[in-house]
Amino acid sequence: MDNVKLRTLSVLVDNESGVLSQISRLFSRKGFNVESLAVGVTENPAVSRMTIEVLANDNHTNLICNQLNKMVPVHSVKLLEPSHSIRRELVLYKVRAKTSEDKNQIIQIANIFRGAIIDVSREILTISIIGEEKKTDAVQELLADFGIVEMVRTGMVALERGKYTIDEDTKVKGEFNYGKNVL
Amino acid sequence: MEMTGAKILLECLLEQGVDTVFGYPGGTILNVYDELYHYQDKITHILTAHEQGAAHAADGYARSTGKVGVCFATSGPGACNLTTGIATAYMDSSPVVFISCNVPQALIGKDAFQEVDITGITMPITKCTYLIRDVNDLADSVREAFALARSGRPGPVMIDIVKDVTAAKGEFEYLPKEKHATSGRLAALMERARTSALKMPEPDQGDINKLVDMIAESQKPMLICGGGVVRGRAHEEFREFARRIDAPVAITLMGGGGISGTDPLATGMIGMHGSKASNMACDGCDLLIAVGCRFSDRVALKPDTFARNAKIVHIDIDRAEINKNVMTDHHIIGDAKQVLELLNRKVPKYEHPEWKKYVFSFPTETQYDDSHVMSPKQILSTVSRLCPEDTIVSTDVGQHQMWAIQHFHFDYPGQLLTSGGFGTMGFGLGAAIGAKMGNPDKCVIHITGDGSFRMNCNELSTEEFYKLPIITFVMNNRRLGMVRQWQELVYDKRFFQTTTERGPSFTKLAEANGLQGFRVQTVEELEEAIQAALEAAENGQGTVIDCDIFEGELVRPMVSGGKHITEFLVN
Repeated sequence: MDNVKLRTLSVLVDNESGVLSQISRLFSRKGFNVESLAVGVTENPAVSRMTIEVLANDNHTNLICNQLNKMVPVHSVKLLEPSHSIRRELVLYKVRAKTSEDKNQIIQIANIFRGAIIDVSREILTISIIGEEKKTDAVQELLADFGIVEMVRTGMVALERGKYTIDEDTKVKGEFNYGKNVL
Repeated sequence: MEMTGAKILLECLLEQGVDTVFGYPGGTILNVYDELYHYQDKITHILTAHEQGAAHAADGYARSTGKVGVCFATSGPGACNLTTGIATAYMDSSPVVFISCNVPQALIGKDAFQEVDITGITMPITKCTYLIRDVNDLADSVREAFALARSGRPGPVMIDIVKDVTAAKGEFEYLPKEKHATSGRLAALMERARTSALKMPEPDQGDINKLVDMIAESQKPMLICGGGVVRGRAHEEFREFARRIDAPVAITLMGGGGISGTDPLATGMIGMHGSKASNMACDGCDLLIAVGCRFSDRVALKPDTFARNAKIVHIDIDRAEINKNVMTDHHIIGDAKQVLELLNRKVPKYEHPEWKKYVFSFPTETQYDDSHVMSPKQILSTVSRLCPEDTIVSTDVGQHQMWAIQHFHFDYPGQLLTSGGFGTMGFGLGAAIGAKMGNPDKCVIHITGDGSFRMNCNELSTEEFYKLPIITFVMNNRRLGMVRQWQELVYDKRFFQTTTERGPSFTKLAEANGLQGFRVQTVEELEEAIQAALEAAENGQGTVIDCDIFEGELVRPMVSGGKHITEFLVN
């Protein structure tokens, strides 16, 4: 497929039961591959924000946005441009640290990547790291030497940089009003 | 005023102007039926033999009248039996509100008797689903459901109400239908609804102007009339537009009735079983304007080469359809009627005699061999000759369906009721029942095959009980003809599981249900049977006419799936 890359979509939806299932089922039934999906309530308790990352080409990305826009519980959809947005993910690693030397090295790695040791026991350290995949992948590679017992990702969350918001009357939204699409 | 949930529900139906409901009662929906007992003079309930029949009837009612159809079912199996009907309505964008009741709130999630998560099941085949757990949400949700079903691109909506809510008391204030959009949740939804789910998108003037210029440049324009013209009742605007740009018009299956079949510009159906004229025109045109169609795989068999010499323009109400199946050069988002009106104001009159001469040098209708018992064409032309002109035709799915489109000429939207997108065998009889309820003054006929008819012929008892004089024509080849056709052409004639030389006798079945039954083998017998059927219809009695046809008859022409539109497998 031409121009397939990772796209980040920000979606505001009704904070109601069944909405998450409705959205995620849209992706599976239309054959779109979700790489990551994170959801949580916003400053308005009636509204949740979803950050969805998909591998898709330009046309498929348009189709996804149009399908999302059609759904009744969806308030707004925005494709976030990588250059104009911040993406972050929280990852927790539980790492084996049998000797104090191992412990020291792991703590140093965590410090270098501005991570934190959030739990410690005799043989295990638990580390939290916040960042994009580049950073978390690098940490993971380094920690693999010690033995990762288990790990968990929150899924990517993202916001636009600067003053822009999802509800901004940007060209994209304006275009949606009469059906043109310049996503 | 304080009243029970059941009463609120029925009051909401009255607000919407609903006077006919199709359905089937059961344990959890009893409160609603008990209330319906008191509303008998305002709402007619049609009890079908099976919930699927009720779903198709509500769908047929909606398609033929343009109003929203309503269907009731109980929880569990009742609701599940609706699903094929819901998916049928969804694929063909038919506005139907399905209402089921679920087990009481305390039993939800406990795998109670006849409990099923019907909102979960129907989520992918509806525009929206509602699970009502609070009586105070009921009126708002029902109003929203009706608005959603009929607005923008229409479609089915599912409302599931837990049983307690139908008994609980809540406040209800009558609100005229026109004011629904400005109150409650619907108002908030209207505020933010940007797409075709609730609002008619306003066509963009720039887009219109661009198409006007494209038409001016075109020497060989062509039009496709899709289901959107039928749903949007845009047939008059469409005809004028076709006249103005002087372009041949092909219909999709769902577009039947969008332009009169006898119109001099009509080239017949396009696609897999499209006419030579339509498919050749599609390949030769330099501008293809598709109105309200979604370029399904049965139309754009091979999307890459579809209309390969043309600029493709897509006019549709649903922007999610743009560039979904076929990449287009230009699009206009809007209601077909509105967009065509705007275009008609701007487009001058053109003439393309050379191009039309080329297109119409190919046949618009298939010639069948008349030497066999009765050819499908003989049957269908006899039927259309003897039945009133505005007869509503419902079909099932298979060879008879394609023959009906090829040889019946449909003149107005809602005249043809057929399951296009979902291809639901067994759709026809239920749909005919719904159509007759919605159009008591019109003749309603049901064209079916022996396979499809066997699926849902249980509804003959409904037809008889409510004195709905439908005339069923069974094109009986004792085969599952369409599947057999594929086995003959694609699977080296290994006919398997498609020979259905078995009961029941359709004439006896008709008689057992209190209807007339005829078995005919010649055109003369068919003519006599139709006369008898039309006479019996005056007295409210339906008829089944079992027409004997040759088992080897094929639907022609045919292009295999995935092949270029002019690569005919059979001519």
